[in-house]
Amino acid sequence: MSGTPSSDTAAATGTTLVKRGLAEMLKGGVIMDVVTPEHARIAEDAGAVSVMALERVPSDIRAHGGVSRMSDPEMIQSIMAAVSIPVMAKTRIGHFAEAQILQALGVDYVDESEVLTPADEAHHIDKWAFTVPFVCGATNLGEALRRISEGACMIRSKGEAGTGNIVEAVRHLRSIVGDMRRIAAAGDEAELFEWAKQLRAPLPLVQEIANTGWLPVPLFCAGGIATPADASLVMQLGAEAAFVGSGIFKSSNPPKMASAIVEAVTHYRDPEILAKISAGLGEAMAGLETADLTTKMAERGW
Amino acid sequence: MKPRVGVLALQGGFAAHAAILQRLGVRVDEIRTAEQLAAVDALVMPGGESTTMSMLLERSGLLEPLAGRLDSGMGVLGTCAGMILLAAEVVDGRADQHALGLVDITVRRNAYGTQIESFEADIGVDGFETPFHAVFIRAPAVERVGPGVEVLARHEGRPVLCRSGPATVAAFHPELSGDGRLHARFLDDL
Repeated sequence: MSGTPSSDTAAATGTTLVKRGLAEMLKGGVIMDVVTPEHARIAEDAGAVSVMALERVPSDIRAHGGVSRMSDPEMIQSIMAAVSIPVMAKTRIGHFAEAQILQALGVDYVDESEVLTPADEAHHIDKWAFTVPFVCGATNLGEALRRISEGACMIRSKGEAGTGNIVEAVRHLRSIVGDMRRIAAAGDEAELFEWAKQLRAPLPLVQEIANTGWLPVPLFCAGGIATPADASLVMQLGAEAAFVGSGIFKSSNPPKMASAIVEAVTHYRDPEILAKISAGLGEAMAGLETADLTTKMAERGW
Repeated sequence: MKPRVGVLALQGGFAAHAAILQRLGVRVDEIRTAEQLAAVDALVMPGGESTTMSMLLERSGLLEPLAGRLDSGMGVLGTCAGMILLAAEVVDGRADQHALGLVDITVRRNAYGTQIESFEADIGVDGFETPFHAVFIRAPAVERVGPGVEVLARHEGRPVLCRSGPATVAAFHPELSGDGRLHARFLDDL
């Protein structure tokens, strides 16, 4: 990565440092799901750091049913043309051909996402093979480390997309952050061997957490954020940025909700500012009780 | 006495800057409000999305206090989006994007293309004996350098590190490669 700076080197693209670097620049920001160029412009106007181009927001994917796939390249390109901020797009879990197409389109980040119907029941994409960086979801630390070992450059806690219910995101964040804290407090190497076994994760990544206290890539949060207070909650629990899907364009006043969530992620520790931001936003999206769900998207991925 | 340095923490790569500055032994404050800005001696404006930061500067009531501090000569290091915000002129920005105009340069946003064109390379920096490893993420390019602006480094002929009075601006991310020399020089110059 850093190499020896003995002489001028040729420019290297697609390196780990470059791929993780963009995730670093998205910290403290909001990545918003958009389905049209108009949505993308509203998101950018509200201060989104990035948009996720997809055909339907997760709550509509739930309602619509059927197989959910990568979006039409024409739609992704129209969104790329509409905004100047980075554009992400989703590929099905394990569907490396969709990911190859997304890379050819020049998207800035690929999300190997449980929100779409998985294409492979055992294998995730070999993300080291790509120049474009990948983000993957995780419900626990072991899942996060398996994704990082496959080349993911950003992890987002999965939550339960399309529900407007923050409870799953909280569960996943507490699990990931709590285990990192416990690993950092481990007494000796033998405990780290046991952690690696328990987590079904590579030992070197567990040892890295023991040394640094954190993942080697940024940890963002997704799945269920519907209000500025939700955004503040997940940031206080350790998320470094937020993905908001249905929460914006299923609210009664998307531009206002979008701006408010952007400000809430910045000022997440300041309740007085949050009180002002949260006032008079109209209706948040209608939520779903997770116990009533027939499909739990967070269970997709291995 | 060591200066108290703020890192603008509205959005972006503020944590990596704070880590390097702390390693160099200075007290670092995250800056999100005008009160916090008033308490520091110098400021780092990190990379991130310049459009987002521009909006948040305004909505957080920081724009005018920041412009005031910059006018009165506060030391500032701007990287990537920070460079864009400090430039006199921005090409390919949003119409409503604020340019603080402290450094007389014209900067083009996302000049290299999308993320797959982002890169790392060694560059020579004036005053450093060995090359500096520079990481360029959807980087801006300096297209015009005004009088009084000193170019400290170039990559393939393009200026990528400039200094103008108390302001140093970089198109790349010195906080990502683990090399503290640019931050150390910034602190020495304060």
